[in-house]
Amino acid sequence: MPKRLASSLSDEVLEHVFSFIQSEKDRNVVSAVCKSWYEIERWCRRKIFVGNCYAVSPEMVIRRFPQVRSIELKGKPHFADFNLVPDGWGGYVLPWITEMAGAYPWLDEIRLKRMVVTDESLELIAKSFKDFKVLVLASCEGFSTDGLAAIAASCKNLRELDLRESEVDDSSVHWLSHFPETYTSMVSLNISCLGSGEVSFSALERLVSRCPNLRSLKLNRAVPLDKTANILRLAPQLVEFSACTYSAELRSDVFSNLAGAFSNCKELRSLSGFWDVVPDYLPAIYSVCSRLTSLNLSYATILSPDLIKLVSHCPSLQRLLVLDYIEDSGLEALASNCKDLQELRVFPSDPFDAEPNASLTEQGLVAVSLGCPKLQSVLYFCRRMSNAALVTIAQNRPNLNRFRLCIIEPNTADYLTGEPFDVGFGAIVEHCKDLIRLSLSGLLTDCVFEYIGKYAKKLEMLSVAFAGDSDLGLHHVLSGCESLRKLEIRDCPFGDKALLTNAAKLETMQSLWMSSCSVSFEACKLLSQKMPRLNVEVIDERGPPDSRPENCTVDKLYIYRSVAGPRFDMPPFVWTKDEDLALRLSP
Amino acid sequence: MEGSVGYDNDLNLRATELRLGLPGTEPVSIVRSNKRSLQQVADDDCGVNGCRSDDQNETAPPPPKAQIVGWPPIRSYRKNNIQTKKNESEGGGIYVKVSMDGAPYLRKIDLKIYSGYPELLQAIENMFKFTIGEYSEREGYKGSDYAPTYEDKDGDWMLVGDVPWEMFITSCKRLRIMKGSEARGLGCGV
Repeated sequence: MPKRLASSLSDEVLEHVFSFIQSEKDRNVVSAVCKSWYEIERWCRRKIFVGNCYAVSPEMVIRRFPQVRSIELKGKPHFADFNLVPDGWGGYVLPWITEMAGAYPWLDEIRLKRMVVTDESLELIAKSFKDFKVLVLASCEGFSTDGLAAIAASCKNLRELDLRESEVDDSSVHWLSHFPETYTSMVSLNISCLGSGEVSFSALERLVSRCPNLRSLKLNRAVPLDKTANILRLAPQLVEFSACTYSAELRSDVFSNLAGAFSNCKELRSLSGFWDVVPDYLPAIYSVCSRLTSLNLSYATILSPDLIKLVSHCPSLQRLLVLDYIEDSGLEALASNCKDLQELRVFPSDPFDAEPNASLTEQGLVAVSLGCPKLQSVLYFCRRMSNAALVTIAQNRPNLNRFRLCIIEPNTADYLTGEPFDVGFGAIVEHCKDLIRLSLSGLLTDCVFEYIGKYAKKLEMLSVAFAGDSDLGLHHVLSGCESLRKLEIRDCPFGDKALLTNAAKLETMQSLWMSSCSVSFEACKLLSQKMPRLNVEVIDERGPPDSRPENCTVDKLYIYRSVAGPRFDMPPFVWTKDEDLALRLSP
Repeated sequence: MEGSVGYDNDLNLRATELRLGLPGTEPVSIVRSNKRSLQQVADDDCGVNGCRSDDQNETAPPPPKAQIVGWPPIRSYRKNNIQTKKNESEGGGIYVKVSMDGAPYLRKIDLKIYSGYPELLQAIENMFKFTIGEYSEREGYKGSDYAPTYEDKDGDWMLVGDVPWEMFITSCKRLRIMKGSEARGLGCGV
């Protein structure tokens, strides 16, 4: 019966039906129904997401999906954000661009994260894709303003240029001026990562004034207040805006100009930037506060009283990023004012100081969990915590789906009882049944991993540091967490046994990172032999792992599944079981 | 300090304990590295009980902490923004990128940690696993295919070593190990 049904619908009809299916996961399921659906689906897939650029080769992607318009690629593992991946590890986008330049002339969107992008790649993009529209480079590096100039000059239909948190070299080229006078299509521009030399104000103003569809503008730190006001007046239709404010005393003319400019912006919903903000200027944004849904104050060194005032003007807030200067009192104010809050991130203002410099404790988070019924996503840095607080949070907010807690000092125990946080995090995973992301911290034994393996059935990403007692901890996670895709571990006593026992599990996951743990090179080689579809990379700058005594553990280990086989661009400090030097690029 | 046995409620030894922390706060932070020594790794049979029970009772004051790499987990971007503020008052490191012709990767170094050219060049040799030749003012770097060069504030490429060290570290924007004839070309004077 099913067979007849499948063939009774023509290809065109199926293709039309498939066009309503946008989610990648659903598309993958559709393509697995039968051979003909697989064929139809692969010809009409327009959007590709590759979570690990080494899991598949560009040739393979192109072979299966010949008519792609949009691609998203991620390169380095997440812990690269914290300098745990040495420079030169990999994640180069050029091979992808080179292949796609030939195969996808109509590619119009490229989104990259943690990849090495060169000016050559950017120039190739500019040259090869005639209708290029969207370029997002998140946490990327390796390119300069020369590459940006090429994009600006050639991409006549560019709608989005987003360089969020990338590292851009200043080549002293006035790249913004390379947008021709005829260019008017910008919708979203994020250049907040650029240094002061890299943006010309006059070019920026001219660009903003001729792009009527501009909805999101994130400027860099160096734009002074009076320029900020000018730009806002040129683009009152903005929905998202990021700018800084000078450290300077209040000048009433500048203030009223700024306040006036903001009051024109009826569509503004999201504000960020605020580097060096002077609290006296904050009231200039009060006119837009009631409509704000997203506020990023995580670079603003303003103190609790001013933060409380600001937050009390923002009843529609859904997303708040802030420094620990907000303190428990500020979070209590947030809890009573912002009932729509969905996401909270509290960062440490002075992370490397042993002593806290702001009165932020577990109380603030408890207050928000109690007061904000829609809270789903939490990232919280603090210096003390208790199991009681964690249990309360878990019971108040079973709808949490992302919970990342960082108790700054490793191995900190419950400050009330001296106990590890096994019970507290256990409560989180038990009550928050939809939890997809969890980061642990503080003193933790193998018990917490037993809870996680038992309850965290929807967990996709787990980050662990300075925790656990033995291999049993790792074993609980690998054997229990059915939905696990990414596991990243540092400084835990997990070793060969758990890894080898759960080798098959690793193929069901995207990747596993382990650094400063207890895994031997022998085990890595064994795992690599046992599991040909895993790339097992030992990252060790101390020299060949073979040359050290047998029970010496590897420095860093990155294991990921791949259908592309071993990669060809490994630097000298990445060791695999293969001694084949042809696999290495030599200087 | 041997363990909880040392704390006798009658004697209230806690009151006389020397520890780090403000008066009135409880000594709660038991800093103990989870890193095992090689000996422990060899001996441990990965049992469930591990060494935890002994360690938990240690309450010796934590030693002064060196900064742990990558901890707390704060993105470089955010750290740089905090750092920029601090540098503006205190004076931080001078980070420059180092590239080598033919190598697909870049390294970043802090020029401030080196006291002079010999140390810097040694570090670069170690980083890229090659040797730089002998430097002479007249002929540049002889004896190897490579020459270390740098881009200065004016955008010009200069041979490393031609100017006094202090001048170098304030004017160097990035380093590049050049190979072959390009390198030899630079060797003949500034």
